[in-house]
Amino acid sequence: MNNGMKKRWLSLYVENQVGVLSKISGLFSGKSYNLDSLTVGTTEDPTISRMTIATVSDDETFEQIKKQLNRLVEVIKVIDFSDIFVRMKEIMYIKVKKCTSADKTACFQIAETFKAKVIDYGKDSLLLEFVQTATKNDAVVKLMKEEFRTIEVVRGGSVGIESISMMER
Amino acid sequence: MKKISGNKLLVKALKEEGVDTIFGYPGACTIDLSDELYKQDYTKVILPRQEIALVHEADAYARSTGKTGVCLVTSGPGATNLVTGLATAYYDSVPLVCFTGQVARHLIGNDAFQEVDIVGITRSITKYGVLVKNREDLGRIVKEAFYIARTGRPGPVLIDLPKDVMGELGDAEYPSEVNIRGYKPSTGVHIGQLKRAIKMLEKARRPLFLVGGGVNISRANEAFTELVDKTNVPVVSTIMGRGAVSTKHPLYIGNVGMHGAYACNMAVNECDLLFSIGTRFNDRITGKLHSFAPKAQIVHIDIDTAAISKNVQVDVPIVADAREAIEKMLEYVGDCREEEWIAQIEDWKAEHPLAMKKKPVMTPQDILDAINEMFEECMIVTDVGQHQMFVSQFAEITEKKRLLMSGGLGTMGYGLPGAIGAQIGNPDVPVISISGDGGMQMNIQELATAVLEELPIISCIFNNNNLGMVRQWQKLFYGKRYSMTCLRSGAACRGRCGEVECPPYTPDFVKLAESYGAKGIRVTKKEDIRAAFEEARRSNKIPTVIEFDIDPEDLVYPMIQPGGTLKDMIMDC
Repeated sequence: MNNGMKKRWLSLYVENQVGVLSKISGLFSGKSYNLDSLTVGTTEDPTISRMTIATVSDDETFEQIKKQLNRLVEVIKVIDFSDIFVRMKEIMYIKVKKCTSADKTACFQIAETFKAKVIDYGKDSLLLEFVQTATKNDAVVKLMKEEFRTIEVVRGGSVGIESISMMER
Repeated sequence: MKKISGNKLLVKALKEEGVDTIFGYPGACTIDLSDELYKQDYTKVILPRQEIALVHEADAYARSTGKTGVCLVTSGPGATNLVTGLATAYYDSVPLVCFTGQVARHLIGNDAFQEVDIVGITRSITKYGVLVKNREDLGRIVKEAFYIARTGRPGPVLIDLPKDVMGELGDAEYPSEVNIRGYKPSTGVHIGQLKRAIKMLEKARRPLFLVGGGVNISRANEAFTELVDKTNVPVVSTIMGRGAVSTKHPLYIGNVGMHGAYACNMAVNECDLLFSIGTRFNDRITGKLHSFAPKAQIVHIDIDTAAISKNVQVDVPIVADAREAIEKMLEYVGDCREEEWIAQIEDWKAEHPLAMKKKPVMTPQDILDAINEMFEECMIVTDVGQHQMFVSQFAEITEKKRLLMSGGLGTMGYGLPGAIGAQIGNPDVPVISISGDGGMQMNIQELATAVLEELPIISCIFNNNNLGMVRQWQKLFYGKRYSMTCLRSGAACRGRCGEVECPPYTPDFVKLAESYGAKGIRVTKKEDIRAAFEEARRSNKIPTVIEFDIDPEDLVYPMIQPGGTLKDMIMDC
């Protein structure tokens, strides 16, 4: 049962009510679906929240996930991001600790290469901010772990929206 | 504008929803609501002895009448006792609206006396659950709850009512319309898909209908019978689908699955088109998934999109209400009779007919044969276990004989409260519950409810002194190590089974029934079966408990080994 096992994204419009997040995350845990990341926030309509969910699943499970989400009374709409053009980004902070000056220089170089920003600076530490796709962030984390002794990573999870023009992610 | 309390509004809502009966158990958080119910005479309140049984009673009331069952219990333990019953109703798609009391809003989250997060606890076993946080939302929420419970694929809805919200004055209006943006149950049938399915049915050489509980829930029995008569396609059913067409219909073969008839499982194995309606393809039906219906294309009609292609990959999916789809089919479909195929099925039936070995002592089949012959109209409610399978194999289910059971969750203890709910909903129909001695003791306190409500239910106990279904597995697959299944075992014989005398059986069901004010009859010989039912039938206000002493060695056959394939049936041992 490994047909089409891969990472996929969904966008959900849900009622902005207590318990909805728990209902959705509970659906994933209760049915043993993988939940890679989940972000949620209100929209222009304060009664509606929008979620972006990333999951690693095969084709059949992914179909079930969409159907099960659609069944929930609190879910207003489910959009599958698999085959449409979307804009999607994730915010990520990486704090690099115990830096030598060579480390700091390397950090600035990495920031420039990956279009990150150095947003804070201390005697022996640096704080970088990345806003890019989750896949790119994965690569950055891998690289930074190899490059530096102590790093601290916080990731926000992807947020996505359908493109206006025919743009790739 | 006139303002009324939440409690008053709820009582008004019950009336507007046409709820003439509720099942309720009181407590501190719902005492004001009890008080409001005292002041009115539209809604009758049944007081069971346990909330666990209460919710089964509402469930069977709903299943047997097609109305929505309504429960009212208090906060904390009153609410947590609903859990098993909610899951039972959820798995069998039964419309329930359950009101639970809750502590006042300022106490929520404080671990107050009798406070639990019941909406959280029941989130995965209810169709919808909500805590009413503001008095002004109450009317809308109750209206939505009834709508959600009974539409689409029906299911239980839970509404948690904080005591202070219910005491607060507010709008006296109960809304008349519902608009839920995230909930639009599908209606109508995709004609293109349906025509495609019909074409396949007409082309097939070995077509087979597989019907599940959905056909019974949508009350499509009449339409489905017409469809079978018109197409002449043979029918198998799940146990929940039993009765979709009369079990006496010449084209009805029987049940499929773990304890399905030989001919049925062979038919599923050999058919080239499996036309399924209202079933979830549960593992008890399919056995090993990849060898289920290996030669067949599969059509699947179901109201629940998520039930389609969940377990079995389907060739033609059709999302629709069973009755709507069947009625539409009747407009387009013609005769699909395949003589050779029907003859083949008849051969299988003759090869291994579904029947228990005739013995000089009483067998479960003897009892069910008596029920079949003696009752022209009845409602049979079962518990869970061997007796349930015997009923699903041998009880005739027709237009006038219905069957209720906990099929999906398999809840022991459903039988007696189920019969109570069914009898309350159908006062003029004889209601027969059939339980094992294990399940009977899970809700036996309800004899009090049956006596006080003057319900002439006939409560049969198939007493084999054992938890028979588990024992059957132990006999067949666990080297006859009867661990935890003998209901006579205890301190006197622990570790010395077979060496010392068995302790006597407890309780004495006849005396117990009599102590409740019910009639009690013990039947030990097959010659006495009919007389017992005759006597029970003469009672029109008093329940009768009939205990049948049966042999624990009577097993349910055929049987598919758990995880096995349909064609590898154990026929007998």
